[in-house]
Amino acid sequence: MASSDALLPISAREEDPLVSDGSRSDPNAETHRRKRPVKGLLAVSFGLLFIAFYVVLIATHHGSSRSNDVKIESDETATTTSRARLAGVSEKSNDQLWKLSGERNTVSFAWNNSVLSWQRTAFHFQPEQNWMNDPNGPLFYKGWYHFFYQYNPNAAVWGDIVWGHAVSKDLIHWVHLPIAMVADQWYDANGVWTGSATFLDDGSLVMLYTGSTDKSVQVQNLAYPEDLNDPLLLKWVKYSGNPVLVPPPGILPKDFRDPTTAWKTSDGKWRITIGSKINKTGISLVYDTIDFKTYEKHDTLLHKVPNTGMWECVDFYPVSKTAVNGLDTSVNGPNVKHIVKASMDDTRFDHYAVGTYFDSNGTWIPDDPTIDVGMSASLRYDYGKFYASKTFYDQNKGRRILWSWIGESDSEAADVQKGWSSLQGIPRTVVLDTKTGKNLIQWPVEEIKSLRLSSKQFDMEVGPGSVVPVDVDSAAQLDIEAEFEIKKESLDKILGDSSVVAEAEEFSCQKSGGASVRGALGPFGFSVLADKSLSEQTPVYFYLAKGKDSKLKTFFCTDTSRSTFANDVVKPIYGSAVPVLKGEKLTMRILVDHSIVEGFAQGGRTCITSRVYPTKAIYGAAKLFVFNNAIDATVTASFKVWQMNSAFIHPYSEEAVRALSST
Amino acid sequence: MHLLVLNVLREKMMKTMMMMVMMAMMMGVAMGDIVDKTCKQTPDYSLCLSLLRSDPRSSSADTVGLGLILVDKIKALGTETLGQINMAYKTKPMLKKPLDECNLRYKTIVDVDVHTAIIAIKGNPKFAEGAIVDAGVEASVCEGGFPKGQSPITGLTQKMNEICDVTRAIVRMLL
Repeated sequence: MASSDALLPISAREEDPLVSDGSRSDPNAETHRRKRPVKGLLAVSFGLLFIAFYVVLIATHHGSSRSNDVKIESDETATTTSRARLAGVSEKSNDQLWKLSGERNTVSFAWNNSVLSWQRTAFHFQPEQNWMNDPNGPLFYKGWYHFFYQYNPNAAVWGDIVWGHAVSKDLIHWVHLPIAMVADQWYDANGVWTGSATFLDDGSLVMLYTGSTDKSVQVQNLAYPEDLNDPLLLKWVKYSGNPVLVPPPGILPKDFRDPTTAWKTSDGKWRITIGSKINKTGISLVYDTIDFKTYEKHDTLLHKVPNTGMWECVDFYPVSKTAVNGLDTSVNGPNVKHIVKASMDDTRFDHYAVGTYFDSNGTWIPDDPTIDVGMSASLRYDYGKFYASKTFYDQNKGRRILWSWIGESDSEAADVQKGWSSLQGIPRTVVLDTKTGKNLIQWPVEEIKSLRLSSKQFDMEVGPGSVVPVDVDSAAQLDIEAEFEIKKESLDKILGDSSVVAEAEEFSCQKSGGASVRGALGPFGFSVLADKSLSEQTPVYFYLAKGKDSKLKTFFCTDTSRSTFANDVVKPIYGSAVPVLKGEKLTMRILVDHSIVEGFAQGGRTCITSRVYPTKAIYGAAKLFVFNNAIDATVTASFKVWQMNSAFIHPYSEEAVRALSST
Repeated sequence: MHLLVLNVLREKMMKTMMMMVMMAMMMGVAMGDIVDKTCKQTPDYSLCLSLLRSDPRSSSADTVGLGLILVDKIKALGTETLGQINMAYKTKPMLKKPLDECNLRYKTIVDVDVHTAIIAIKGNPKFAEGAIVDAGVEASVCEGGFPKGQSPITGLTQKMNEICDVTRAIVRMLL
């Protein structure tokens, strides 16, 4: 054991080198010498242990070892650098949504109640206060449109989720009803989450929804109205045998949510699909049922797309290839295509694809696999702030209607201060674009026209580099329908001019720098929620880019980068290309409603929803402008602007219900 | 005889010790692995390691647990910063307005963002991601309210942003 001594740290050695006389002779020397080997062994083991730890640490650490020194300077670069680093975290993370505006405001804007209270909308669905998210179980029953939604009754942030409920005769004028379902069972103790309604053959209806159990496992539950004779469907009963579905083998307990409306198979069974994931592949599981209580799981999936992550709020429905009406979810046949839509958890984008459904085995394939559901180039209902959307078949008017959660783009501090968070978009009809056959067309429901008050028609030529005030009284609640045309001379000149660079292949609204960057053929459109001096403004516009083949590619964008001085707001530039067919004029519709702006290009081929929070361009100071920022081209604009009334959404009372019943 | 028995005992102890060392080494490799693997996927590996290793729960935590540990760190840092803000009222009374704004912003971090992150991490992580990103925004906005060079909490702001970046990366692993 002499060698073990050498490994001991010097202080542990009992010999004192300075003292060499016999006075150190120890009567216990014998026992000491015998104890030392054991102590030595212990020390050796611990020594080896520590070495082992360090070896493991060093061997596996080949990442950059960032210095832990706290940087002392406080300047713009510090914050923007930390934001920029986020881009490397996950290729799917949509940092665009969360980056603070690059411009550093010299003065921090402190929200006050006047500015905050202006943000509440006049005609978009929102609860009287607190947090809302996904639309749930929309349906039409006994003369009423029903809308349910994820709601936090206690705070303006997500949590304590229950099902809020409201009814309307026309999808625009709503009455809030008492909460439909609360988290009162073990199988939904941690949240009564998203679900969908299905009408049965006898006209009754059932609701399937996801519960987050007391152990935070995601399960599917069945609920139905307590009294089918109550047109307001105030009370709901949860099936005593819940949950009816639990995560199947191979699916993680937190990757199993948002059951769809069921559709009839040719066998006469009901079929549903539920989004999930396996590793990073987004998938949609398929179940058949007869009674909504017991289910057979298919071995095959409805569909899957690698590298798209978790599929939330899957939606699956037929669209007609030839007609403009909506179709009941169970319709199938040769004149029908099927849409698969999913909300991508990784990016917070809703994507859809057009394809073909095979009822015999419950599978679906996209028409164009290069833009399959969830791929970055695949189609989106909306290129702005728009998530967790859900459609339903409106048997009242034969339409398919789309609801969507429009979250806030401001800070939680502001949400808490103003006492609410989130809106729903204006419900839109959804049909297949019969002219292209490749995309959907969405349009605000006709009933919104009932809010139109006075209007003004304008026809003007807008020269290059001009911004023209539009004389309308108030500019916070507007419906604008516009037609634009680039003067033929301008167009011919620019297309023929070889010095004008082809940029269509590289252009994107997001990277363009916004509406202030001038091109040959754009941008031109409207600047909404702008103050007189345009210090705050939100341009909604077209940008035409010349392609390599001298063809034109049209883009539709909304630039919120200068929408507000506030620096705790996310201010992206949103948009996408929009198909413009031969002979079509450029058309745009914009709904402005305080802190939400919804833009629709080419009759709804490309849509953009944005949230904006101006600090100056509010109340009477909010103005409307039409602009043309092209370098050379002149544009003719022909448009009508309506003042929009409030929808007067009511808290629950018998009078309110009676008042709505009589309309 | 006596010595022989002792020798045998000694050898037996040596063998047991060796086995314990080997097992401890293997455990060391396994223990270090989850924290290590997780931190490698964040933008600040060494910060992530030091934050997590400083909490004994990290050795037996899953990704949710690691996320919760970091949210605790955000809460602690936020609380510490609130303390600094309170002190600054006395030492720098001319900065009352930005200090008021910072008070509001950091109260949001500690009372609202942290609470949302904790419940959401366990059930629906995208809402936790939103809350954590917001914590960074609130901290930056507070810092931005001070005239240049006059913030009493610049170091703490920087730290909050760094911790939020790491925490967000871990929460994204749960999506």
